[in-house]
Amino acid sequence: MLGPVDYVLWVISFLLEAGVVVCAVYRKDFFKYLSLSSYMLCAALVNCGQFLCIQRFGFSSKQYLYTYYYTESLLTIIMLCVIIQLYQHVFVEMNVSRYIRGAAAILLLATALFSYAVVRENKDHLTSRFVVEIGQNLHFSGVVLTYLLWGAILKLRETRTRLIQLVLALGVYFSATAGVYALRNLFPGLQPSVLRWMPPLIGTWLPLAWAYTFYKVPEDARLATARLLVRAR
Amino acid sequence: MMIAAVIFVFSIAAFLQFFVWHCRSILASSRRVELSDRVREVTGIQNQNFGADDFRRLVQLVRLCPERGDDQGEIRAVGTYYSLLNVVGRLARPTVPSVAAWAEQERENCSHFAAVALDRRISYSRDLFTQQVADRL
Repeated sequence: MLGPVDYVLWVISFLLEAGVVVCAVYRKDFFKYLSLSSYMLCAALVNCGQFLCIQRFGFSSKQYLYTYYYTESLLTIIMLCVIIQLYQHVFVEMNVSRYIRGAAAILLLATALFSYAVVRENKDHLTSRFVVEIGQNLHFSGVVLTYLLWGAILKLRETRTRLIQLVLALGVYFSATAGVYALRNLFPGLQPSVLRWMPPLIGTWLPLAWAYTFYKVPEDARLATARLLVRAR
Repeated sequence: MMIAAVIFVFSIAAFLQFFVWHCRSILASSRRVELSDRVREVTGIQNQNFGADDFRRLVQLVRLCPERGDDQGEIRAVGTYYSLLNVVGRLARPTVPSVAAWAEQERENCSHFAAVALDRRISYSRDLFTQQVADRL
């Protein structure tokens, strides 16, 4: 059963996601960061859809369970498109968009094949273990892709503060979510008490950080990435 | 189980790195900002740089000023980063002094960030006061 805290987190998430879209439109960056804005729009719509699903079928229903996990997986796939667009922003001067799109298509195909293989292996307990496993794998591939993107930003000495902050916020989100999914796989007993609060809490981080970046960091702000690296004296 | 454990360890390591870099990118925006004399007057600190331990006091002073409405999130994020640095500093002091020194330097940057936030809020309060006086006249 959902409590007041669940509903508060839900409303906060929805408002923040809508806030990112509003900030992007307000700063006239909606089309420049199209996939990112679309992702936030979809996330807000999914929030509404899940709420309607609970109202209609109930929190413990199978319909809600399927809706929740599969919309989350779909959102993660859209998120991969966001990463691809961020890659395109970073490599914009190298004219390699074609190769990035090709690599992205291969990656999506590989993820689909891998998921299919896991589905075949887990026919008997599809909704219980599989959804956690696929969530963990999708988010972990997000961590790896974001890490590689951050490496490219450092290597190319990218200085656009907005792009840097968008990528770092994404890295925090993916790594925290992948960690929580892995923890759920390792200790399923922790799910009802502690871990059930983590995904909604982490879910508020990304729209909060992105809304902050769009609202506060101007497009022409610059930052030397070398300053961000941790160096012990 | 093995894969989940590997993913967990890698994710936590990546999370800490990304979080530190994100906080440093927020701190970097204030690093070059010169502080006004007003901040030194209000805090009673006359040194050129604020000390690592001044952060909490500076944040308390920031909270006493009227909110600007746009800096709460970053103050909270830097506050969390500062707490993390406290833990890292304490753990590293006896074992890895270079990491402890780095944590100390980062805590100083956090203090400078809080001082910049305080400076902005003082300016904002003065503007509000001037506006109110002008409205009454």
